[in-house]
Amino acid sequence: MASATAKQGAGSTRFWDRLNMSTKRVIWAWTFLALPILFYAAIRFYPTFTAFWLSLTDWDLLRPANFIGFANYQKMFADPVFWKVFQNTFLYLLVGTPVSLIISFVIAYYLDRVRFMHGFIRALYFLPFLTTAAAMGWVWRWFYQPLPIGVINGFLSTIGMEQQPFLRSTLQALPSILVPAIWAGLGFQIIIFMAGIRAIPSTFYEAAKIDGLGDWAILRKITVPLLKPTTVFLVVFSSIGFLRIFDQVYNMTSNDPGGPLNATKPIVLMIYQTAFSSYQMGYAAAQTVVLFTILLVVSLLQLYVLREKK
Amino acid sequence: MTAMTSSELAANRRDIRPGRIIIWTLLVIGGLIMITPLLFMFSTSLKTAGQVYDLRLIPASPTFANYVKVLGDGRFMQWFFNSTFIAVTVTLSNVFFDSLVGYTLAKFEFRGRYFIFLAILSTLMIPTEMLVIPWYLMSSQLGWIDSYWGIMFPGMMTAFGTFLMKQFFEGVPNDFLEAARVDGLNEFTIWWKIAMPMVVPAISALAIFTFLGNWTAFFWPLIVTTSKELYTLPVGISSFSAESSIQWELIMTGAAIGTIPTLVVFLLLQRYIVRGVMLAGLKG
Repeated sequence: MASATAKQGAGSTRFWDRLNMSTKRVIWAWTFLALPILFYAAIRFYPTFTAFWLSLTDWDLLRPANFIGFANYQKMFADPVFWKVFQNTFLYLLVGTPVSLIISFVIAYYLDRVRFMHGFIRALYFLPFLTTAAAMGWVWRWFYQPLPIGVINGFLSTIGMEQQPFLRSTLQALPSILVPAIWAGLGFQIIIFMAGIRAIPSTFYEAAKIDGLGDWAILRKITVPLLKPTTVFLVVFSSIGFLRIFDQVYNMTSNDPGGPLNATKPIVLMIYQTAFSSYQMGYAAAQTVVLFTILLVVSLLQLYVLREKK
Repeated sequence: MTAMTSSELAANRRDIRPGRIIIWTLLVIGGLIMITPLLFMFSTSLKTAGQVYDLRLIPASPTFANYVKVLGDGRFMQWFFNSTFIAVTVTLSNVFFDSLVGYTLAKFEFRGRYFIFLAILSTLMIPTEMLVIPWYLMSSQLGWIDSYWGIMFPGMMTAFGTFLMKQFFEGVPNDFLEAARVDGLNEFTIWWKIAMPMVVPAISALAIFTFLGNWTAFFWPLIVTTSKELYTLPVGISSFSAESSIQWELIMTGAAIGTIPTLVVFLLLQRYIVRGVMLAGLKG
């Protein structure tokens, strides 16, 4: 980075000295930005265009790519597995986001008022956020095992309830994977909600108390509306997370990824398999374009809907 | 618990309401449920193969034999080193470049500044998953497959970090920078010696987020590594667990080895980490 001075060199020191202050600063600015601009161009923008281009080819790693128009997209939209995957992805999103936000808001709301052992309780909720999804996938997978191994089935049998198949059932597998995904994200959402709640000026609460509002009315009329920016951020952030779910699914169903019978397969896992198990790179690129479009639409939609009511 | 709550009574009269005690108890129970998977993981990692079926939380005769066995062949040590090296390098790179770019965009006036800012910000919209195939293509052409650089290069700079740092640098008063300029310091020194120390909370927030993100990263390292020596810890744990099939005590030991470092760091730096997450979440 010190190259700016070096570049001017010994001979051209006079040239550098003759420049006025603001010209020098512009040169500094572009020197600082040179490497980053190169990085963003080569590692972000160029690959984005490559992905769009590849999605229109039949590239398979072995032979050179041929342009085939929208054939990959036609193939995808005609594939029942894709629609199953599409449905799963939205199930993760539509269940995961509201459930995790409601739980984390309730916990944050009450935890914020607790002073006794506050830090300790907060740490309990926050710890899972620091874990590795790949490792925790295996812990939860063990939890869901049938007797005599599985912890949850062990607990169910102790209290006299029926055994559940969990990951082995096409109906229960997806919710079973969603639980650890929600679990791991709660700590982050609670912390952000608490920060948001604390940022609300206490004058609002004092005024409300003078007006004789009860806890419930204060919650509805002050806390929730004033938390809108925090909520918008968390809704978008967690939606993107659920739409891109992969680590948990891959690790919890690794003997039949996305199984049983594709019941848990999200779009990112489908992309991974298409690209790196069957090497249909062009087809996989088309799937990533679809993911990109979904993420774009969902975030713009949420920003629009949640901003409107303000 | 009752004794403790009565001591709180003096501090806050509202705490004696029975509702408060119930809420406190429920929160603690909820918190214990949250860490149950971690407790069972540690507990099982201390059990022998024969005791795995005994679902009691406290092992009858705890043993470190699993740790000796799992760590014994050195694979986990290697993966642990890889993950640490990669996460530290990427974090340093982000702290350096994201701050530099954020500072330039916040404090320099030049034509094209807004365009550069929007261009960088727009990359937030591009999901990693869309880039992995082109990255893979690029890596195989340039020989980056199965190398540290191959794992690290996509994350060396991030739009999130740049945006976060820009927000904070905007809060640094220009007077300080001007004073340094009058003193004849060059722009790089002004940034590094004057501006950077003024945004330390933001730097630590960025460092925590980047480190954690890279330490737990799974998708790209899974794609770009082929030889076991180059696996990161999450990829290693995943492949080790799949190999160990039903030896749950070994799988839990592997998972525990992957979890212990971040838990220890958290317990040491809890206050900074929570504050950092709040900062990054609210400003980012």
